Amino acid sequence: MQWETVIGLEVHTQLTTQSKIFSGASIAFGAEPNTQACAVDLALPGVLPVLNQGAVERAVKFGLAIGAKLNRVNLFARKNYFYPDLPKGYQISQFELPIVEGGALTIQVPSSESGQAESKTVRLTRAHLEEDAGKSLHEDFHGMTGIDLNRAGTPLLEIVSEPDMRSAKEAVAYAKALHNLVTWIGICDGNMQEGSFRVDANVSVRPKGQQEFGTRREIKNLNSFRFLEQAIDYEVRWQIEQIEDGHKIQQATVLFDPDTGETRMMRTKEEAHDYRYFPDPDLLPVRLDDDLIAQMQGELPELPQAKQARYQQDYLLSAYDAGLLTQSLAHANYFEAALKTLNTDDLTVGAKHVANWMNGELASALNKADLSIAQSPISPDSLAGLLKRSADNTLNARLAKEVFAAMWAGEGEADAIIEARGLKQMSDSGEIEKIIDEVLAANQKSVEEFRAGKDKAFNALVGQVMKASRGKANPAQVNELLKKKLAG
Amino acid sequence: MSLSLEDIQRIARLARIRVTETEAAQTGDQLNGIFKLIEQMQAVDTSGVAPMAHAQEVYQRLREDAVTEPNRREAFQAIAPQTEAGLYLVPKVIE
Repeated sequence: MQWETVIGLEVHTQLTTQSKIFSGASIAFGAEPNTQACAVDLALPGVLPVLNQGAVERAVKFGLAIGAKLNRVNLFARKNYFYPDLPKGYQISQFELPIVEGGALTIQVPSSESGQAESKTVRLTRAHLEEDAGKSLHEDFHGMTGIDLNRAGTPLLEIVSEPDMRSAKEAVAYAKALHNLVTWIGICDGNMQEGSFRVDANVSVRPKGQQEFGTRREIKNLNSFRFLEQAIDYEVRWQIEQIEDGHKIQQATVLFDPDTGETRMMRTKEEAHDYRYFPDPDLLPVRLDDDLIAQMQGELPELPQAKQARYQQDYLLSAYDAGLLTQSLAHANYFEAALKTLNTDDLTVGAKHVANWMNGELASALNKADLSIAQSPISPDSLAGLLKRSADNTLNARLAKEVFAAMWAGEGEADAIIEARGLKQMSDSGEIEKIIDEVLAANQKSVEEFRAGKDKAFNALVGQVMKASRGKANPAQVNELLKKKLAG
Repeated sequence: MSLSLEDIQRIARLARIRVTETEAAQTGDQLNGIFKLIEQMQAVDTSGVAPMAHAQEVYQRLREDAVTEPNRREAFQAIAPQTEAGLYLVPKVIE
């Protein structure tokens, strides 16, 4: 039987405010335990929550960026459950009227066949504001659990998608696009190690062609794109095996264990919480007025998709190149800075040149060193300096790569390296001719072979000349001059 | 709608309140009284009336995003039953 995978994601993004969503305590990461937990976060008697405008603004920005409906009046509700890292006994969240409803995100899914990316639109269900819980530490306290409430009350925007994804690859593409968007518009720092962007995946399978969804299991708290893909792939295989073995899937919450690569059951539906949501009487309805929305609209930068479209149109870049250049704001900024410094007469030529180097040599060097583009040891200005020497034929392709490697190793700017290593491409035809003469004299056999009609011998001679010039000759020029000599 | 003794036990368990059989029965009577009142209210035709979250037309005032709370851990932990290494200690919980 052919199976189809159905995936929806819930992503918790931590907002980039200074203070908590309902209190004036700091949300800075890494502080000593409980030094950023104030009376409100501790739920001491008599305290009241006061909503942080910064959190509302960020949620509005997100809603505008995905073309969603903003609920002009939205509500906070209590989600009730008991756990020691939740001192109030309820989490303040949004239930019936979330701040953001609907909207969509276009994603690029890498296709294994074409090597290119295919575009797909994922619909969003909603995004709502809520507070984070504290942290429980279960080890080393002589049988007790330690509670750190620094994280309690940290503002989160929970972003819920429709079940529109059909493979782990699509889910990863969506998570990456969402990660790019929230960091791009500055509402989340996107730091996955620190838990600023946490993904839950709802996964089910159904026979291909069937309309209704299968029973889903929810994989909780995936904090890397790699784990997201591994967890879904494992879960899908597991569910198909279960069904093919005649078992039924039970609705459940599961955890992914990165060490074993498997998912394991946390609780079933029967054990699921009954959260008893109701409107929080401590908080009045929130109204979004026109001024706030207009101000947020004004603060939004050019969005990734718009930028990608503009790069394709203005610079005639391929969708693939433009997609890579807009994979993060840092990439787009790097590209634009390098292009500006390169300052070519024809922008499309310059753009393609920068794109080739950023998506080629630079991307692979960054990847190998596990660095982000923002951490690149080669600045956009420096890269442009190298590209200038390649554009004006000072460097051929091989020499340009050598200079790039030297720049990466911290040997300075391109011009200084070319000077110090004497790497200038040889374009003086007299000099090249001299080398050709020497090579021809030393390789009479190849010359005879060529004259006897063996084309391969010609390439061997070109190789010899390039070698004798220590790679500095211009290959096109060598070809031309060598042909002339052999003919003459 | 009327709550069974079983419903009462389940609600008590969710609220982490221990109730004896007698208390459960008493609580059941009280809650069912409240439900009667709710039933009366639900009998009113409210079709076409938007649900409201607050009795008055007032909206939440927002706080400027600024850190205003200093570290008062020592004072807060002075009233905690048990602490260690800056953490509040509670009976072991693993879900």
